[in-house]
Amino acid sequence: MAKIIKPDEMIRSINYTPPATDWMETPNDLSPGRFAYPAKEDKVAYLQHEMPHVFGNPRVWNPSEADWKLPANWKEIVMNGFRERLDKYRSLKLFMDICVRCGACADKCHFFIGGGDPRNMPVLRAELMRSIYRGEFTLAGKILGKLTGARVMEEDVLKEWFLYFYQCTECRRCSLFCPYGIDTAEVTMMARELLHLVGININWILEPVSNCNRTGNHLGIQPHAFKDIVEFMVDDIETITGKHINVPLNEKGHEILFITPSGDVFADPGIYTFMGYLILFDAIGLDYTLSTYASEGGNFGMFTHADMMKSLNGKMYAEANRLGAKWILGGECGHMWRVINQYMDTMNGSMQGPQMQTPVNPITGTVFSNAKQTKMVHIAEFTADLIKHGKLKFDKSRNSDIIATFHDSCNPARGMGMFEEPRYVLNSVVDQFYDMPENTIREQTFCCAGGSGLNTDEIMDIRMRGGLPRGNALRYVQEKNGVNTMACVCAIDRATLIPLADYWAPGVKITGLHELVGNALILEDGEERTMNLRQEPLPGFEEE
Amino acid sequence: MKAIYSLILVLALVVLATLGAGAAKMQTIFAYCVPGTAFVIFVVGFVAKVIGWAKRPVPFRIPTTGGQQQTLDWIPQNKWDNPSTGPQTAMRMFLEIVTFRSLFRNTKVLLKHDDGKNPIVAYVSAKWLWLFAILFHYSFLIIVIRHMRLFLQPVPKFIVGVEFVDSVLQIYTPIVYQTDLLILAGAGFLLARRLYDAKLRYISLVNDYFPLFLILSIALSGMYMRYIAKVDVMAIKDVVMGLTTFTFKVPKGVDTSFYVHVFLVSTLLAYFPFSKLMHLAGVFLSPTRNLPNDTRMHHHENPWNDPSIKPHSYEAYEDDFREPMFEAGLPLDKNPEEAA
Repeated sequence: MAKIIKPDEMIRSINYTPPATDWMETPNDLSPGRFAYPAKEDKVAYLQHEMPHVFGNPRVWNPSEADWKLPANWKEIVMNGFRERLDKYRSLKLFMDICVRCGACADKCHFFIGGGDPRNMPVLRAELMRSIYRGEFTLAGKILGKLTGARVMEEDVLKEWFLYFYQCTECRRCSLFCPYGIDTAEVTMMARELLHLVGININWILEPVSNCNRTGNHLGIQPHAFKDIVEFMVDDIETITGKHINVPLNEKGHEILFITPSGDVFADPGIYTFMGYLILFDAIGLDYTLSTYASEGGNFGMFTHADMMKSLNGKMYAEANRLGAKWILGGECGHMWRVINQYMDTMNGSMQGPQMQTPVNPITGTVFSNAKQTKMVHIAEFTADLIKHGKLKFDKSRNSDIIATFHDSCNPARGMGMFEEPRYVLNSVVDQFYDMPENTIREQTFCCAGGSGLNTDEIMDIRMRGGLPRGNALRYVQEKNGVNTMACVCAIDRATLIPLADYWAPGVKITGLHELVGNALILEDGEERTMNLRQEPLPGFEEE
Repeated sequence: MKAIYSLILVLALVVLATLGAGAAKMQTIFAYCVPGTAFVIFVVGFVAKVIGWAKRPVPFRIPTTGGQQQTLDWIPQNKWDNPSTGPQTAMRMFLEIVTFRSLFRNTKVLLKHDDGKNPIVAYVSAKWLWLFAILFHYSFLIIVIRHMRLFLQPVPKFIVGVEFVDSVLQIYTPIVYQTDLLILAGAGFLLARRLYDAKLRYISLVNDYFPLFLILSIALSGMYMRYIAKVDVMAIKDVVMGLTTFTFKVPKGVDTSFYVHVFLVSTLLAYFPFSKLMHLAGVFLSPTRNLPNDTRMHHHENPWNDPSIKPHSYEAYEDDFREPMFEAGLPLDKNPEEAA
């Protein structure tokens, strides 16, 4: 991790007054730490082979150097791509046309709040593209130029796009406050698509994408290794609960296919959430299987191109069909759920096999009619339903050392609206729960500042600045209510919130929702546990 | 600087109309030709722009959800900010367009970092923008409705009613319409915050100042006509009715300020379809607001969806990893011997 300044210094360095120079005249700062590393040549080459109309120009390049080794006709490629997208997306065309620059969005972006760079005001981020739209595609812009916010496409503009469209986590907080609903995530997605065409990209996105495509998950865990990891967790569960459970992998003929982000399989603390799922499924006797082929819920394709998103997402239905599953249960993940909720059926609904049916909870009989088209249910919806029907017994005392708060992840918040389900589950398994201040939760939630592929260590300064609003709200409940645990339903959060909490609210640990469920869930009567899923002693057993 | 350019531009328009209609006696041009042309540009431009948006596909349903989704029966849905049906979405749009709901949500970030104390980052309610935006837009709407009396004979009761309410305070002679003052307050605030707030000054363009100055000058010229020059309204109605019924006569006895006012309005009409003012129509079409959050329940068709884009197949995956999968005891569609 790059060395960064102390929190106190960082806060004092924030200045919301813009510089004297106009933003179009302000040179790009491409010093190390200001950008994520470019994608490795072989990853781009592999993806170009898979999707030649999406990825291009594999090469070794360094953003800090003047020469980005762009193709000779890069401007033509980018401008044609821009024109094409203006015709394919009403959103883009409309968002280019109707912004009045009222500034309501300006101080809603976590990167602006924590950094003060005016180009991180959502309105200016969109102007980076809008200025080119005016200058290249409108008559008035061509004639009047800079006064009307128009400019022509140059290499420096492309570099500026790289800097600032990779300082947007597509969290859509600005879009909530915009009187016309202008969605910067949509603009960022388009800009990134254009950048990919000429080989401007970051490794933290493209390596996961290429891994997801080939091995089925972003970490590149191969099937046999995946099985080893699951067996390792089964052993741990036996150590903790005394019960040996069976976890089906790639098995045909089960009712439900369960897919979760692969971060849950690999990284601490996601693995404890994964163990929570497995304990829950065993406790209710769920007829399910996992898949190594479709072993990634998170869709890193979303951070590159609509077609890549579609291709990766298609594995879910393909595998449900191959295994004969009736419906799909999805784990805790952020952008995975934006894709499922707002894109999946539109992109791949026609792939659904005849065996797929409207999801029904086999334990409670509840019909998930809100998922009748996609056939995919969120685990928080599923567990909330189980609890409501009294199908789960909890020993809350196992979580009695926990004073919890809940971080609404951006995508389930503003791309879905899942607020009550996780809170209901959380309140059922912990005694003490306090929400953060109201302007920082639910639909107004702040991003972890590592979403949309930005949770890489070389931009830690940018991430910690962007993490200020979340960290500050967390610090508030830490001091006021003694909160020591922040639960979340997103695998990226489980990775990014740890350094964020260490930096802004040291002492708060991060858990997934189902880790706490797994802790409190009573598997059989009289069962006594002495340790939690992290194999730390439970309250009352510290001495042993 | 951009504000000054915009102001100069608007003043130039005023001078042009004053000289043209006043000194050069080109009343016919300023009474009929200019507004007629501007109106045609407005209608054609407006319609063309809306058609241009409407014919572009909406590939995905991407509402920005502002509350609890439709889910389990016992969890109340926020139907008006996270709609899942058409009528609910219509309600969300109604609230957005009529009450400026998103703007009402506005907050302002506060950052304090006094030495020795814990830094404070807070988000406080900031309703001023909403308030003045509402004043401005509704005043504008009422003023437009009031002006319809000049185009209609007999004057509909509705318009008379609006005029009555708008002048209910009964101050000054001729009686002052409250909206005349409120639109000045609204537009004045919108202008002042652009000049005063450093962030807004930084993002503002000529495209932002020019329409504000233009609308302010329209309001001021209109008020000058009514309250100071006290123009002959019947003569003006003659001119306007001539315009709408295509019976043009040489206008007589109409003060020059009328031509200035009409010229500025004409400029606004002609400028409208090519500017940010099209947010008037665009807000109805915004895909983050005007769609239900329902694609888990109902299929949405993307007209350019490409069915040839398929996932990397399971067959290719198994071919890639068959040996280790076999050794690990994972189920296979083809075991290594069959595949060989």
